[in-house]
Amino acid sequence: MEAGEVMVSLLILLPLGGSVLLLALGRRLGEPGAGVLGTLTVSASFVLAAVAGGDFLAGGAHATQIPWFDWLSPLGVRAGLLWDPLSALMALVVTGVGALIHLYSIGYMKGDPRVGRFFAYMNLFVASMLILVLADGFALLFVGWELVGLCSYLLISFWFEKPVAAAAGKKAFVVNRVGDAGFLVALMLVFAAFGSLDYGEVLGRAAGELSTGMATAITLLLLMGATGKSAQFPLYVWLPDAMEGPTPVSALIHAATMVTAGVFMVARTGALFDLAPASAAVVAAVGIGTALYAATIAVAQYDIKRVLAYSTISQLGYMFAGVGAGAYVAGMFHLTTHAFFKALLFLGAGAVIHALAGEQDLRRMGGLWRRLPVTTVTMVVAWLAISGIPPLAGFWSKDEILATLFARGGAWRAIWAIGLLTALLTAFYMSRLIFLAFFGEQRWAEGAHPHEAPKVMTVALGALAVLALAGGVVNTPWRPGLEHFLEPAFEGLDLAHLPSGATQWVLAALSVAAAAVGILLAAGAYLRARRPAEEGPAWELLRRGYGVDEAYARVFAAGGQAAARFTDQTVDQKGVDGLVNGLGVLVRTVGERLRPLQTGFVRQYGLGIVLGAVALLAWFLSRGGF
Amino acid sequence: MVELVLFIIFGLAALFGAVTTVWARNPVYSALGLMLTLFSVAVFYVSNGAEFVAAVQVIVYAGAVMTLFLFVIMLVGVDRAEDRRENLPVQRPLALGLLVLFGAGVLVAGRFAWVTGSGGGRSAEGTVEALGSELFRRWVLPFELTALLLIIAAAGTIALGLFRRGEAEAADEGEAGEEEVAP
Amino acid sequence: MTVTAGWYLALAAVLFVVGASGLLLRRNALVMFMSVELMLNAANLSFVAAGRQLGVLDGQAAVFFVMVVAAAEVVVGLAIIVTVFRRRATASVDDLAGLKG
Repeated sequence: MEAGEVMVSLLILLPLGGSVLLLALGRRLGEPGAGVLGTLTVSASFVLAAVAGGDFLAGGAHATQIPWFDWLSPLGVRAGLLWDPLSALMALVVTGVGALIHLYSIGYMKGDPRVGRFFAYMNLFVASMLILVLADGFALLFVGWELVGLCSYLLISFWFEKPVAAAAGKKAFVVNRVGDAGFLVALMLVFAAFGSLDYGEVLGRAAGELSTGMATAITLLLLMGATGKSAQFPLYVWLPDAMEGPTPVSALIHAATMVTAGVFMVARTGALFDLAPASAAVVAAVGIGTALYAATIAVAQYDIKRVLAYSTISQLGYMFAGVGAGAYVAGMFHLTTHAFFKALLFLGAGAVIHALAGEQDLRRMGGLWRRLPVTTVTMVVAWLAISGIPPLAGFWSKDEILATLFARGGAWRAIWAIGLLTALLTAFYMSRLIFLAFFGEQRWAEGAHPHEAPKVMTVALGALAVLALAGGVVNTPWRPGLEHFLEPAFEGLDLAHLPSGATQWVLAALSVAAAAVGILLAAGAYLRARRPAEEGPAWELLRRGYGVDEAYARVFAAGGQAAARFTDQTVDQKGVDGLVNGLGVLVRTVGERLRPLQTGFVRQYGLGIVLGAVALLAWFLSRGGF
Repeated sequence: MVELVLFIIFGLAALFGAVTTVWARNPVYSALGLMLTLFSVAVFYVSNGAEFVAAVQVIVYAGAVMTLFLFVIMLVGVDRAEDRRENLPVQRPLALGLLVLFGAGVLVAGRFAWVTGSGGGRSAEGTVEALGSELFRRWVLPFELTALLLIIAAAGTIALGLFRRGEAEAADEGEAGEEEVAP
Repeated sequence: MTVTAGWYLALAAVLFVVGASGLLLRRNALVMFMSVELMLNAANLSFVAAGRQLGVLDGQAAVFFVMVVAAAEVVVGLAIIVTVFRRRATASVDDLAGLKG
């Protein structure tokens, strides 16, 4: 293996090794040793990724495939890594944002008795996510897919002493499983069609060999998996509950990286979606539908983290709409900028929670800008970014998606319109959050002493704020740097294009206008002395997330419990136990019935012998010989 | 000719003895009946050319075994009249029925060549030399084993006599016990 | 008419059946034992007759062994009867129904 290959392999092995070390020695390392080790491994991976990915910047470097080992030899499945611009981008995002969040966690998790375990899980997560994005085939992708699900479970229920946290972890895992079932069937179909699970094989031969029907089936099933992992409708219900985990976990896994795995997967398998335009349309429809849906729910939430959770679901919807419309670059762009500002939002929320000693209810915050200046500034940056205000990062990426949708014409314009409405709502609920938390009058509890977060945390906030501010430059209409960067990865795919000339500016102006309207509406409502009551049936419905959770509980959970009860009482207790006990009863009964034969009288036993002798004799005679 | 006469006379005697054994009320009469049967069978042995076996029959069976039987009959008591009523309900009819069937079966089997074989006449010499050479050549292993069996039987009997009621009593004690029960 | 082996076999069969009936129908242990001896003798007779029929000494050798075993069996059996009699003062086998299940 040459140097480049070693570097890429190390990307995964460093955090993996860190995780093992932390699991073994975490308690011995203590604070801040454990946190430092965890941050170092991820930072080292970031540096390696930057170095190795630098080749692609110059253009002309080819994608490299790095074989690792033969995995399922009889099926010809091999494990290896694929280093191309797409995986490089993902690796950079994961390790970069991941390193910052690790740094922040050193401060946030201070004093927790299981700090070593925390950083071990976080490192394991980074390693798993890297396996997912660097895989060269569906097999290893699936391994990474499942591993990040495992890490998500471990980290959501990190404070497992709280029953809600344990339940949330379970819920996340189970709902993901539902999606993964579809994903697995898709893999089986892929293998059945191509006899291989390598990207090179499958994606290369797809155009020539795959029928539309088969492609549609495979892609729809892949979408099912993506829906679970990336929290789209109808498998999104786990994400709001996942906020029970520590805030850095929410930032890293449920904002920046793991939930984007679905988007990445669709982009990676773009060749398949190209062959199934129906599926692509479904992807976009599900995406934009979820975006609007989640945005409406976010408007009515009181828990600061839940607002951000629904916001994540909504923004993921945008990304799916993008890749579904064939705008792979736009989708990946929004993925990147979203990682910046959503992680920043979560970390900032974490700083607020930390400052108020665990308070998460927006109604008991307010006026924090005086006490937490740095946090406020960074949060304002993030707010403007997500609302799509130029020149911050979010504007460029969101606008690119919307513009591409419009440009495709026809029914796609409807999707564009929904996207525009969602942008308005996004601006509205984010402004609501910022106004309620940082401005207005102070509503926090007696005895709380809000104070700025320690340096460790604010440094991370600052770094992410810079990225959220300036990150948009990587792909502006004048210098589409990201597009050029990702070009080799999306070669041969049917890419959507931006509209030309004036249309583009009009569309941009429209999205900015929508954002401005949203902000002004929120300002008008929440910056006044008397806040709106937010009561009434409509608000209740939104707050409860349209009752979907309860519906699921009633249908699936209750159904599952009924099935379990049936299996226990009828099948197991009556059926199996009955059978086994029945055998015992049968044997005993037969024995009881046969008992009278043993009279104890020798002469009767002798009679039995003679009876047997007669029978034998008769049999021999009837056979006419021995 | 001679054989026929012998067969009829001693056949009847054997049957008479057998029935007496089974039917007599007094066990001593049963023993005597058995003796008659044994002697008749010894005669049959001679007429079938098994002289040595006949001699052994008389000496061992009639001489030793029957004597032992009479010993024990005396020990157990002869004046006990046995109750002739049958306690077990189906015993008599069932026993008789089955035995008739069995006898009929055997007799029928006797008609088949695979039971009786073919040929006739006396050809094998049942002399001591002949039988001896058979025993010590072909059947030497069973011979030794039966010798072992006899020893074990004798040892077992002595053991039964010595160890009464599970307690290991001394030999002289055992003898005293035997004496006091003697009639 | 000549006396063939079949005659002896028939006689042996009858003797056997008589002995068996005594075994099944009498209660006195000693009489039952004597019936067993009767059955053994019937078997011996058929051995010798068959041996004569086939012209070999195997029958007589078999009788030899049967007698030895019968003697050993009588010794042990009578010892048991005596022991049982000492304990129970009964010679009726119907009283020995301890194995009733």
